[in-house]
Amino acid sequence: MAVLTEEQSMLRDAARTWTQEKSPVSAFRKMRDSGAPLGYDPAAFNEMAEMGWTGVIIPEEYGGSDFGYLSLGLVLEELGRTLTASPLLATALATASALILGGSTAQKEAWLPKIAAGEAVGALAVDEGPHHNPEKVAVTAAKSGAGYTLSGAKTFVLEGMAAAVFVVSARTSGATGDKDGITLFLVPADAKGVSRKALKLADSRGAAVVTFDNVALGADAVLGEVDKGYPLLEKVLDRARAGLAAEMLGSASQAFDTTLDYLKTRVQFGQVIGSFQALQHRAAKMFTDLELARSCVEAALAAIDNDSPDVPELVSLAKAKVGDTLHLVSNEMVQMHGGIGMTDAHDAGFYLKRARAAEATFGGQSYHRDRYARINGY
Amino acid sequence: MADSGGPDPEVFRAEARTWLEANFPPSLKGKGGMMYIEDASPNAPDIKAWTDAMGEKGWGVPTWPKAYGGGGLSAAEARILQQEMNRLGAWNPIGGMGTMMFGPTLLEYGNEDQKQKHIRAIARQEVRWCQGFSEPGAGSDLASLSTKAEDKGDHFLVNGSKIWTSGGQWADMCFCLVRTDTSKKHEGISFLLIDMHDPGVEVRPIQLIAGASPFCETFFTDVKVPKENLVGPLNGGWTIAKRLLQHERSGIGGGGSGGGGGGMFGVGGSPATLAKTYIGTDEDGRIADTDIRSRVVAHEMDAKAFQLTAFRMMAESRSNQGPSTATSVLKNAGTKVGQDRAELIIEVMGSQGLGWEGDAFKPDELSSVRGWLGGKATTIFGGSFEIQNNIISKRILGLPDPLGSSSN
Repeated sequence: MAVLTEEQSMLRDAARTWTQEKSPVSAFRKMRDSGAPLGYDPAAFNEMAEMGWTGVIIPEEYGGSDFGYLSLGLVLEELGRTLTASPLLATALATASALILGGSTAQKEAWLPKIAAGEAVGALAVDEGPHHNPEKVAVTAAKSGAGYTLSGAKTFVLEGMAAAVFVVSARTSGATGDKDGITLFLVPADAKGVSRKALKLADSRGAAVVTFDNVALGADAVLGEVDKGYPLLEKVLDRARAGLAAEMLGSASQAFDTTLDYLKTRVQFGQVIGSFQALQHRAAKMFTDLELARSCVEAALAAIDNDSPDVPELVSLAKAKVGDTLHLVSNEMVQMHGGIGMTDAHDAGFYLKRARAAEATFGGQSYHRDRYARINGY
Repeated sequence: MADSGGPDPEVFRAEARTWLEANFPPSLKGKGGMMYIEDASPNAPDIKAWTDAMGEKGWGVPTWPKAYGGGGLSAAEARILQQEMNRLGAWNPIGGMGTMMFGPTLLEYGNEDQKQKHIRAIARQEVRWCQGFSEPGAGSDLASLSTKAEDKGDHFLVNGSKIWTSGGQWADMCFCLVRTDTSKKHEGISFLLIDMHDPGVEVRPIQLIAGASPFCETFFTDVKVPKENLVGPLNGGWTIAKRLLQHERSGIGGGGSGGGGGGMFGVGGSPATLAKTYIGTDEDGRIADTDIRSRVVAHEMDAKAFQLTAFRMMAESRSNQGPSTATSVLKNAGTKVGQDRAELIIEVMGSQGLGWEGDAFKPDELSSVRGWLGGKATTIFGGSFEIQNNIISKRILGLPDPLGSSSN
């Protein structure tokens, strides 16, 4: 664990207490069983907003506490521990980052206070296929008078059903796959021509396909610069990836802790199975991997807070390492629990399903290994 | 931590710079590796002068207490000293097992007489130490050691043999684990200091897969050791040994040493850079062999994750003293990174990366081969990879021993 300030320790402790008491894994199970249409429990999200978690990275002038990404990461890690489903990452981290980094004063004034208060949910609509590929933008924004006409569809939009506003990457020039010619737009969900359809994924979280059917946008809908949206998008995505990595670190840590408890209690052959070296050394590897992954996640979040030039490298490192670790731990959780781990009544399956969905989001391990190599010139 | 050079770190920096410029012989610039060539080096007089100067100043062991011959510097000052040495191409001539393992342990467990006698001599590189732990019959199960020290009134009489006594052929003294009670296992071990020049001590060097090595076998036949050379209580040596091994592991893992060229930051450059040279790149500048490229990047990320973890643990342990059980995590992670790196380097070099000797191969290629082979020792000594996993399982994760077995 990074060396924290007193305020950060208090925030983490508050998040830990709240998730343990108000949002244990049983709350996630209840949400799933109820078939909640948004993929999260709005009442629980309201409580988070009341505690100020939706404003952690937002400047004070827009109703936030300007407390930084490492701090928000501490909250996300605790939420990840109990698989708490919420739009915190999509709205209070990803969309808020887009507005903070690229928004005009008017755009910030319009949305940041609402996001900080938890009154509006924002979502990133960037992917168009089953593999994360932010350069591959076919959605078009054609010049139309003083504004633009948006056409096309985005998929796997996290919290797409709950969103009041989307950050959409669209092509204003160039060909699909070019980094130049991409522009980001702020698109209200109630704009004429916007429609959405829920995607039921294995992890039971909120995702949607969002379709833009000749949506008319004013010039003031442009977020950042026309045709030069890609560098901004990368910065926003790196912040979202680091936040997701923190959540994944929490999930992996808890999956490991739960499994370790089981190794100490399950008796076979007259002794607890945790006394068998075949399991002990796999537990030791998981523990080692978790320590290594934690260093990467904390370094990425700290680099964002310091606006360091190595953010892209450290974020790809963190997302890939924590992805590998969560992948391993979630598999071992099922395997080491044996038969009970295969049942829906046990939590292991929830961690396994969430693991794969989180790994794929904003780029899987192979995406980030390739990116790390490219950043380093090979 | 101790006598700081003043509240302003820049004052100390200026002091260090002035002293180093006055005392470091320019002929030794960047020749840190020479110190292992012993007396054969033409620079021998300069090396001796530099060693004596650093020994006198105590800066070879910058954070040890001044009262025992250390530098008395704070950790921050020691970092500044290192930066200033790097700037000049200067290197620390004071090293070896005395500084890395035995000194810190003796500072913690030795009595006042022992500290006065030995710490200063280590700080000045006057006495070279070797480690007498492993035995032919006691490797991973170190506590089953059988080298015996019998109480003969005014001295102990030592009989038995040790193996992997690194530097034994050059050592003046040996810190040794001996059995002083045969009725108990861990509680029958004592920590004894033995003079390697005493009658009855015989040392034989061992040839390893990488060629000549600093490792030896050491035989003790009726060696008389004074009672005052017992460190800590009689039969209380195991606790001290475990502490010393923590220092050893943090040294091995922390440096990521793969035994030379196989080290994390060893000669020959990174696997990524080497791959671009030896294999070539595609039109986008990527390593042309996609399989090697994906393994190189996975390795580079492992190395970075290890480095970040070492930094994190340093930051976290600044309030504590000395290494924690987390060093077991670092040792396994660090030695794996070092070995993976060495394997990748020779693979990337192809057949050029398998040269044994001769001018068909560049020095970096030859040292990569030796480093790859030498580095295999890193997951064996200092507690093997498997023993580290036992330690993590038991001491950190709290998992129990299987029925009917006992270990450390």
